[in-house]
Amino acid sequence: MHPNATGANASTFEQFLSQHLERDLLRFTTAGSVDDGKSTLIGRLLYDSKAIYEDQVQSIRQSALNRSTGPMDFSLLTDGLRAEREQGITIDVAYRYFTTARRKFIIADTPGHEQYTRNMATGASTADAAVVLVDARKGVLPQSRRHATIAALLGIPYIIAAVNKMDLIDYSEEMFRRLEGDLEELALQISPSGAQIIQCIPISALEGENVVTRSTKIPWYAGPSLLEYLEEIPIADASSPEALRFPVQYVIRPDDSFRGFAGQIIAGSVRPGDRVVALPSKQTTRVRSIVTFDGPLPLAGTGSSVTLQLEDELDLSRGDLLVSEAGLPNIARRFAANVVWLHATPLDVKKRWVMRQATDELRVQATKIRSRIDVNTMERPLAPQLGLNDIGIVEFEATRNLSFDLYSQNRNSGSFILIDPLTNATVGAGMISENLDKANRRAERELSDARSEAMFQEDISHAASVAVSERARRSGHHPGAVWLGARQSLAAPLERTLFEAGFHVVVIDDAQNPGEWSEGLVRGLYSAGMIVLYSPKYTREKEKHHLTSAIQPDRILDVDSLNQEVGDAFLLQKIVAWVEGLRIARPEEGR
Amino acid sequence: MTQYLYEEECDELPAFSVEGLPSVPRLSHLEMLEAESIHIFREAAASFAAPVMLYSIGKDSSVLLRLAQKAFYPGKIPFPLLHVDTGYKFPEMIEFRDRYVKEIGAELIVHKNQQALDDGATPFALGTQKCCGLLKTRSLLDALEEGGFDAALGGARRDEEKSRAKERIYSFRDAAGQWDPRNQRPELWNYYNGKLDKGEHIRIFPLSNWTELDVWLYIYKENIPIVPLYFAKEREVVVRGGSILLTQGPIPLLPGEKAERRSVRMRSLGCVPCTGAIASHADTLPKIIEEMFGFRRSERENRTIDHDQEGSMEMKKREGYF
Repeated sequence: MHPNATGANASTFEQFLSQHLERDLLRFTTAGSVDDGKSTLIGRLLYDSKAIYEDQVQSIRQSALNRSTGPMDFSLLTDGLRAEREQGITIDVAYRYFTTARRKFIIADTPGHEQYTRNMATGASTADAAVVLVDARKGVLPQSRRHATIAALLGIPYIIAAVNKMDLIDYSEEMFRRLEGDLEELALQISPSGAQIIQCIPISALEGENVVTRSTKIPWYAGPSLLEYLEEIPIADASSPEALRFPVQYVIRPDDSFRGFAGQIIAGSVRPGDRVVALPSKQTTRVRSIVTFDGPLPLAGTGSSVTLQLEDELDLSRGDLLVSEAGLPNIARRFAANVVWLHATPLDVKKRWVMRQATDELRVQATKIRSRIDVNTMERPLAPQLGLNDIGIVEFEATRNLSFDLYSQNRNSGSFILIDPLTNATVGAGMISENLDKANRRAERELSDARSEAMFQEDISHAASVAVSERARRSGHHPGAVWLGARQSLAAPLERTLFEAGFHVVVIDDAQNPGEWSEGLVRGLYSAGMIVLYSPKYTREKEKHHLTSAIQPDRILDVDSLNQEVGDAFLLQKIVAWVEGLRIARPEEGR
Repeated sequence: MTQYLYEEECDELPAFSVEGLPSVPRLSHLEMLEAESIHIFREAAASFAAPVMLYSIGKDSSVLLRLAQKAFYPGKIPFPLLHVDTGYKFPEMIEFRDRYVKEIGAELIVHKNQQALDDGATPFALGTQKCCGLLKTRSLLDALEEGGFDAALGGARRDEEKSRAKERIYSFRDAAGQWDPRNQRPELWNYYNGKLDKGEHIRIFPLSNWTELDVWLYIYKENIPIVPLYFAKEREVVVRGGSILLTQGPIPLLPGEKAERRSVRMRSLGCVPCTGAIASHADTLPKIIEEMFGFRRSERENRTIDHDQEGSMEMKKREGYF
């Protein structure tokens, strides 16, 4: 900043440190075998991003098992276990770490063969993105298809098809475009609702083309390199607009004067004074304070591990769930779920399992296997049981009620694992897709009515007659503003797409207010709960600044700050995905 | 960035947000790692009858200890710390351990394989493999058995070594304390299965997803006390087989060797005879971190034990080494 100032080095390094402290974290998964060049790709990412230390490289050069004909075999960096090195395959999930100036990355690196479906699912369960490798010469093989399908099933929002070995097809645009078409078809199959965004990137891991830096050998491709794309993926759950989900993990009671409920917020946010409902008891209270080692907090968001003190003495324990009144979860004994079977002992409908869901633990029994999902063909054959690495849709019944969200709404409160009570093995992983318990819905409705009445009374004592949360509940989404900047051409298609997706959306441009700032208009519509697409003819930096500082950062998207080299279609997808994040989880319809 | 062109006016604008309340800040990578580690600590405390935390006095242990304090605040850490003392640790380490543990009010158990030491176990006589086997691995397994512990929390990180990259956060050990890499429990989302039969135990690694850089950044950000040996200072050393060894403690000089004074620091802390120092002038945390960015060598390289033969860490781990 001040290059001439004395002590420039120190201040530069301090800046550098604070930049490092502020980086965020993205987890992504890769799957594939040696042939796909997956290990080469990961080795390339680690190596080119300078994460590999020289001595590790040295020990590879010395290794007797070096299979490569070239100067270095990157896969030896990544295959950890002896058995794998000797057999030349990757049999487990391995975690790798690298860092760029913008982000820390965690790679969950998994084997791609069918018999390792469970490992793929494990890697995918915590990932924000999946890199699916496609051999440019061979096209979309069953393995890539399987990986993309599992990634979609486990709810990974961003899937990147890395079309590798472009060097072996002379960086042919024609062949890449054909593959891109095939991948779009695949996208429609695995994600008919469009919940997943699929991006195709042509690369050569071996030559390092388009992996970290953009390739000069692919002039016809204007999009980002793989790493650039990974650096730009928005991390969705950082400032979640959803209702609070706080599973009680542990009760902290050092003496009679303090009783706090420790846990990690898995959705929404919490402030002192917020009204919360404890489940399953359905008692209501307020949050007195958010306690941490570093002092009390005014606010805590999704992902934070905190301790909550409540106003009233509620008898809560591990497994209970604190939620906000505005969006109650499902409460039911019977549910259906997509299940990945992880163990050689099959799932059948007679056995009882221990189920872990959030911090709750209870007994369940499978009552019906609706079908198996063939991840190669997407067919759903009937199946009497699920074997190791099978995926199926299964109906369950628990011995008591559990509180959950559907997995499509929340990956934490909608997921569970099954444990064999005899062997203690983790045998299955489930993603809840349906509440099968209609009988319980009446009780929920009564509770919800009581809550809304309490809330209404509270609100009219405030100056504002309509609470922001009430507007959001009516429209089904939070308000949002998009500064379109130079991308005015996107306004019309965006408005149409979002309107059809059920959003209250409007475009503001200079036509309404020629030559004047429309910032006030945008703010007004925003306060009314709308999604406002603002597309002024000329960018007035001062106006933009006023607007961006007036609206809370997670509710305004500055399109100028996104990568401008990508195509309209890609940006459109990105903006729609961002707006989708503003939806609120609604209590189930029809209760 | 254009957004900051009008900084002087920025102050005049009221911090406006629709609900009139502060907005949810995005978690940085360190905050996410911290939240994950705290979650793991609380799972351990809630799911096991007798957990224990392995405390090795090193920088990772210091971070682990701070995270444990955070996880249970305002309560005390609800399990004891266990230090497996080989008898060959640097005196500064022991001094630091006793002072710091007392300061934060934690309970400390120190365990030594006294019989092996009495029988004359030294790395010089036995070689590093065997010496570690007796004074660390055996000693640890004995301590866990004696204390009746069913879970042991440790500071290992997946980025330390290739075979650790596949370690689970909850790592199951059979009744003999051994690790079977081919038969690990799958870990999906943040579900950790800690169910056990008698005699079995789980090793828990709350720092699994931290890198060496993350550890240093966190120590810097949180101002966490660490053993002074991490900071560069002029010390008496001897150079042996490419390693720089501090001459304090049980390091007899070999014929022809000469002690000299150099500015060095430790990058990781182990036993005096087997842990090399590095030449360095980094005497503050920012300097250490700055030095790290220049490092072209991984941190365990100065540990003799890892390099005895290819895949040696994996073999030790199978036998029960932490």
